[in-house]
Amino acid sequence: MANKIILFLLSYLIWLLLTWPFDFSTGQINVQAIVAGFIASILVAMIMREISYHRLARLFNPLRYFWFCVYILVFSYYLVKSNLDVAFRVLHPDLPIKPGIVKIKTRLQTDTAITALANSITLTPGTLTVDYRNDGYFYVHWIYVTTFSQEEAAARIIGRFEWFIHKIFEG
Amino acid sequence: MIKYLGIALLYAGVLFDLIGCIGLVRLPDVYNRLQAATKCVTLGTCMILAGTILMTTSLILAIQGIICLVFILITSPTAAHALARGAYKAGVKLWDKSIVDHYGEDQS
Repeated sequence: MANKIILFLLSYLIWLLLTWPFDFSTGQINVQAIVAGFIASILVAMIMREISYHRLARLFNPLRYFWFCVYILVFSYYLVKSNLDVAFRVLHPDLPIKPGIVKIKTRLQTDTAITALANSITLTPGTLTVDYRNDGYFYVHWIYVTTFSQEEAAARIIGRFEWFIHKIFEG
Repeated sequence: MIKYLGIALLYAGVLFDLIGCIGLVRLPDVYNRLQAATKCVTLGTCMILAGTILMTTSLILAIQGIICLVFILITSPTAAHALARGAYKAGVKLWDKSIVDHYGEDQS
């Protein structure tokens, strides 16, 4: 129950920030938006599965935030690099691509960490997560396959992120 | 100064969005097209939002921009992953010049 209330408050706060029904210069308040948001947030809180907060203590570990900030910087660099890479391949007259789906193994365990890693893979150089198998394997679509070896591919695709994500979510 | 940085970000964002759309047309199959669609369009849209955040004078607009930025960064790759997996399960073949398919090998 407590989880649902936290979820409700969170979604209601985001709704209020996004619609912003208060106009301070004229003092008017858009009641319609406030009531609609209230109903929508209750629905969201009821439908959503209970999120477990038993690892809540981890949220207060400042070291995680430090690694998260470092990760944002590293990630931004690779995000821009991957975009230039894809832009180059798209605009090149010969379309230099060599696509394929490769399998890589990850040592991450928790759901949050795996989700973060999957999203990082999708947003970085030429790779797109297709599926994840419960025994720790990712299937990744790679726009320019440079190696067939599983270990080599893992090192090239997730080697630079796995360590960070392990530090942030599991360390 | 900040205003010009914002304008530069806007232009770069539009450019990346354009490249993403060109990729969507030029690349051969669903999976390659998703690559262009997710990467270029995500960064392009984030840059446009960042430019707006820098240029606006309203605080609430900046907060809304940051919320949208975070949502796009989370949802765009998730949607791409769902589309790619759905396409594969529905039997969409890889491009015939694809060189490796471990996913198909493991399923058969």
